[in-house]
Amino acid sequence: MVEKVLEAKNINKYFRVPVDFHVLKNISLEIDKGEFVSIMGKSGCGKSTLLYILSTMDTDFEGDLFLNNRLISGLSQNELASIRNEQIGFVFQFHYLLSEFTVLENVMLPARKLGKKSAEEIEHDAYEKLKLLEIGDQALKLSSRISGGQKQRVAIARSLINSPKIIMGDEPTGNLDSRNATIVFDIFKELAHDQGLSLLVVTHDEDFANKTDRIITMEDGIIIS
Amino acid sequence: MKYSILLNISKTHLLSKKKQTIVAALGVTFGIGAYIIMMSFMTGLNGLLDGLVLNRTPHVRLYNEILPSEKQPIDFDAAYSNDVRVVHSIKPKKSQLKIHNSLALMNYLKKQPEIRGVTPVVRAQAFYVAGSSMLNGSISGINVVEESRLYNLNDYITSGKANNLATNENGILLGKGVADKLALTLGDKIQLRTTAGDNFTLKIVALFQSGMADVDNIQSYVNLKTAQRLVGETNDYITDINIKLYDMSKAPEIGRDMERKYDITATDIQTANAQFETGTSIRNLISYAVSITLLIVAGFGIYNILNMLIYEKMNDIAILKAVGFSGKDVQRIFISQALIIGLIGGVLGLILGYSMSYLISLTPFETEALPTVKTMPVNFQVSFYVIGIIFAMISTFFAGFFPARKAQNIDPVDIIRGQ
Repeated sequence: MVEKVLEAKNINKYFRVPVDFHVLKNISLEIDKGEFVSIMGKSGCGKSTLLYILSTMDTDFEGDLFLNNRLISGLSQNELASIRNEQIGFVFQFHYLLSEFTVLENVMLPARKLGKKSAEEIEHDAYEKLKLLEIGDQALKLSSRISGGQKQRVAIARSLINSPKIIMGDEPTGNLDSRNATIVFDIFKELAHDQGLSLLVVTHDEDFANKTDRIITMEDGIIIS
Repeated sequence: MKYSILLNISKTHLLSKKKQTIVAALGVTFGIGAYIIMMSFMTGLNGLLDGLVLNRTPHVRLYNEILPSEKQPIDFDAAYSNDVRVVHSIKPKKSQLKIHNSLALMNYLKKQPEIRGVTPVVRAQAFYVAGSSMLNGSISGINVVEESRLYNLNDYITSGKANNLATNENGILLGKGVADKLALTLGDKIQLRTTAGDNFTLKIVALFQSGMADVDNIQSYVNLKTAQRLVGETNDYITDINIKLYDMSKAPEIGRDMERKYDITATDIQTANAQFETGTSIRNLISYAVSITLLIVAGFGIYNILNMLIYEKMNDIAILKAVGFSGKDVQRIFISQALIIGLIGGVLGLILGYSMSYLISLTPFETEALPTVKTMPVNFQVSFYVIGIIFAMISTFFAGFFPARKAQNIDPVDIIRGQ
């Protein structure tokens, strides 16, 4: 039997401002270990909202969320923060690096927060991840001084540093040209198939989605396929 | 481990905004510096002004007051006790100025733990004779060594040495005003005529200037024995006993106690000089009010700058939260920034305060009142520096606390979505 990494049961989400609006209606889904899943749908269908709920950043919802078969909905913000730190990696559409820190420091950040390894080990790991993404030579540059595609790869390296169970991406290639988008996709694919990582990616890019293992299509807050 | 990364982030934030950090720290520096300068100078000045009077005033003074008897003979007769008694033209009772059994009393007082020192005084009236004119004078016989120790007599000596009096039974410590009027200087002889009509010739061993013309024009000091000789009394003749306590605030209580025990009049320093304490406390109040205002202004500066910083760092906060930093961690980052600003600014403020106070203490300050004071009085009290740095830390903590709490409550989803 395949291991379930992430499971959502009957997720309902309402926006109350500016008007009451039922964004997500009874969403249930499962992500298996090593699975590369994409979520597609038109703007406003609730796919990003769903991703934020699944990523534990948004706690204002109804329903149950399981990570590694452990119920994590209803935990305190601090517990959720440490779960994000240790088990979930993030890649956003915009690069979201700390611009005043070097590339290396950005990658090391979650590991230093976790504090399980010594500074030398963390630095070593960070270099490994950067090399894996072929940007090892940029490590000591300020993160505001590298190109968009490189930034996105730094963000991926950062999401990998604590060896999470699952990586989530909100349009991780949305801001990249097709060449860089392909590079990012290939990296994801490799991680999923070679390292057994689960990936959940929200995307508009049909070509990107078509290459993933499974596509979840959403419309008006419902999963339609 | 975990805190080092938080500190690392704060440090990077602060260094990347050097100008803002410096401005914020300077706000604290000037606040704390001004506080220290104000307090050092104001309390120094207060000490000087209070010292003018309080240092040379005994905490409790024992003497015999010439007063009419409270109970007239008729009051002792029970037959009239229910009647209205009117006695006209009451005269003060004939009593002696001498304190009864003074030597035994002084020995007893010296052994009391709360008493720092006891000095005997013989007060006498005399005239300073200069040719055909005579100046009114008031002579005090003192134990000059004790007097210098307890009442800083040496601070008021303009020439000569007060202690010369101790070894010279024919010496006199003359008020500067008297000396000027009689055109006498150190080493000259002066003639005194007592109220009984006897003439004495004394040598001027020192001149003093108290700063109060009324005193300097009349007062002079001689040895206890000399004074007793002037009034023609024996060596147990003492008119006043001056007591200095360790704790000035106990003076009224101890004074009352002595009046009751020894049937004597006791005046305490609080009653004698009530206005000085009022002046001191109001001056202190003003300096505290101004300093605290300065620090609060500095605090608002830090508050503003951190608030701005947090708006600029919204993205960073969202990232930190997304990668697993808790709200508390984010709060700690910003509070530690405030505290770093407070610490740097505060320490610089201490240095600024100290160096300015030092400069002030070198500024010439000549006063008639205190011949030994040549420069501005500055009080280098360690507690001002301790209070200053503590206040810097507390005010910056609060200035950082509210923006930091805002940062703690920022919802990363709002920021990430908003892009």
